[in-house]
Amino acid sequence: MGKVVPLSGNSAVAYAVKSADVDVISAYPITPQTTIVEKLAEFIANGELDAEMIHVESEHSALSAAVGAAAAGARVYTASSSQGIALMYEIMFIASSLRLPIVMTIATRALSAPINIWNDHSDFMAVSDTGWIMMMAENNQEAHDDIILAYKIAENPEVLLPVVTALDGYFMTHTTEPINVIEREEALSFAPKRKTWFTLDPDKPVTMGALGDPQWYFEFKKQQYEAMKKSREVIERSIDEFARVFGRRYNAVEFYGDENPEVVLVAMGHVVGNIRAYLNKMRSKNSRVGVLKVKLYRPFPEDLIVRYLEDVEIIGVVDRALIPGSSSPGPLHSEIVTALRKHEVNTKTLSFVTGLGGRPVTHEHIGVMLSKLSELKDKPVSELPREPLFIGVRE
Amino acid sequence: MFEIRWHGRGGMGAVTAADVTASAAIKAGFYALAFPEFGAERRGAPVTAYTRINKEIIYDRTPITNPDAVVVLDPYMITSPKVLAGLKEGGYLIVNTTREPSEILDQIADLRRLRIAVATVDATSIAMNILKQPIVNTAMIGALIAATKIVSLDDVIEVVRERFPERLAEINVNIINESYKLLKVIKQ
Repeated sequence: MGKVVPLSGNSAVAYAVKSADVDVISAYPITPQTTIVEKLAEFIANGELDAEMIHVESEHSALSAAVGAAAAGARVYTASSSQGIALMYEIMFIASSLRLPIVMTIATRALSAPINIWNDHSDFMAVSDTGWIMMMAENNQEAHDDIILAYKIAENPEVLLPVVTALDGYFMTHTTEPINVIEREEALSFAPKRKTWFTLDPDKPVTMGALGDPQWYFEFKKQQYEAMKKSREVIERSIDEFARVFGRRYNAVEFYGDENPEVVLVAMGHVVGNIRAYLNKMRSKNSRVGVLKVKLYRPFPEDLIVRYLEDVEIIGVVDRALIPGSSSPGPLHSEIVTALRKHEVNTKTLSFVTGLGGRPVTHEHIGVMLSKLSELKDKPVSELPREPLFIGVRE
Repeated sequence: MFEIRWHGRGGMGAVTAADVTASAAIKAGFYALAFPEFGAERRGAPVTAYTRINKEIIYDRTPITNPDAVVVLDPYMITSPKVLAGLKEGGYLIVNTTREPSEILDQIADLRRLRIAVATVDATSIAMNILKQPIVNTAMIGALIAATKIVSLDDVIEVVRERFPERLAEINVNIINESYKLLKVIKQ
């Protein structure tokens, strides 16, 4: 095993990318992601990483170059945030449809306007329909480990889909903490570099990204859907294997709290940790509460979510993104409600929107959400608020 | 859990101070987090940074509202209500100033009531003498660890030697040693 060293979240990610021995990195700087690729440039410059760094003029080009390099068979990495991710949107569909196992980190950040460099999940949620496998870490060890896990999953011949690994901007990217660094030999033995996908080769020419006319397009899309669906199995197997090899387990969904909870908050990213800390602090009160962490967002692990929530009285879904005009303006809430309805589970749900644009989700906010849930848990569904409750906003 | 809040201005190095302190704690086998209050980075603007140190894993990433220790890098910030807000009873206030701890205690009534240990050091003069620049972060790390003993001098020095280029590292090691030695404390 590697040794434990103090690293920022962005450095922790960069060290994992180095250990994954990537061949090509193509990126354009944007806060709070920038120091990931800066660190990687440093690794290349001092000879610790033998990779090609492609400097481009925009994020659109960054992902386009990644697509080209992956199509040529390279192990590829890029990272971005916010408007950078928005600019990649067009190419994200192409990467997933061409079935290229690119790994990209999103250092999550709000979208303009107003201009805001701070953390929320607007960028992550905005690209959740682009056909990428998507996961989000709660702490920086997990953000580090996710990179290795992501290559293992992406390049599995049964999957061949690009993967987003996300970590919260600033709350994680710029926070120093102890990281058990996975060394190159360990990373490559867990996720060996094999060309498992069709690649461009002058000796055996193939066409990629050809026209898919009405005779063929639909079949391609169906296959892509099947690949994403099937990836769940591979993801579960990879999580198990990671836990066996490295002793750290990151389930697609993880519950923390009382054994028979009545009230559960569902959350993603660093806020899960804040809720854990709050519950630990309040443990003496002996209340039947818990937190459900959603790590895997695509494919959405609805079976596990239903299993954890089916006997719970009421849940509050903590969203850190807002989709005005949606029947559920909180995107995670929307996924959860759909999952519960599909499985005919009648757990009551409330939508909380909080922490937009870098506003911290404090213990006070968590307390407000939990007491709101306790207050409403015995009310009939008809009396529950249908609109999201905004926590920590000035009216 | 031991929580430290650092108050300075852009350019004084509060963020690095929080980071070096956490890194020294991690070196000593603790779990620690260091993070700045993330603002737009401008020289001269007020900067707050945080260090959390614990024996076990730390989940909490919320800003520190009830610190065990407050470290003030800019002497003129001491009267700001934000600086002393939530400082725990029996906690530490460590200030970069030419004044004596007793003068600070006389100036701010709450400190006696809350039995705050007050420590002062003229970090600006130490930094100007040795580094020739008013970057007081390493001097204030020396002051913090002299007052609280939360991490050892050796661990801090090791981190500084890893973090800074050799010449700058030695300058900062001298600063830390000097500040560690010169710190004045009144414990209540």
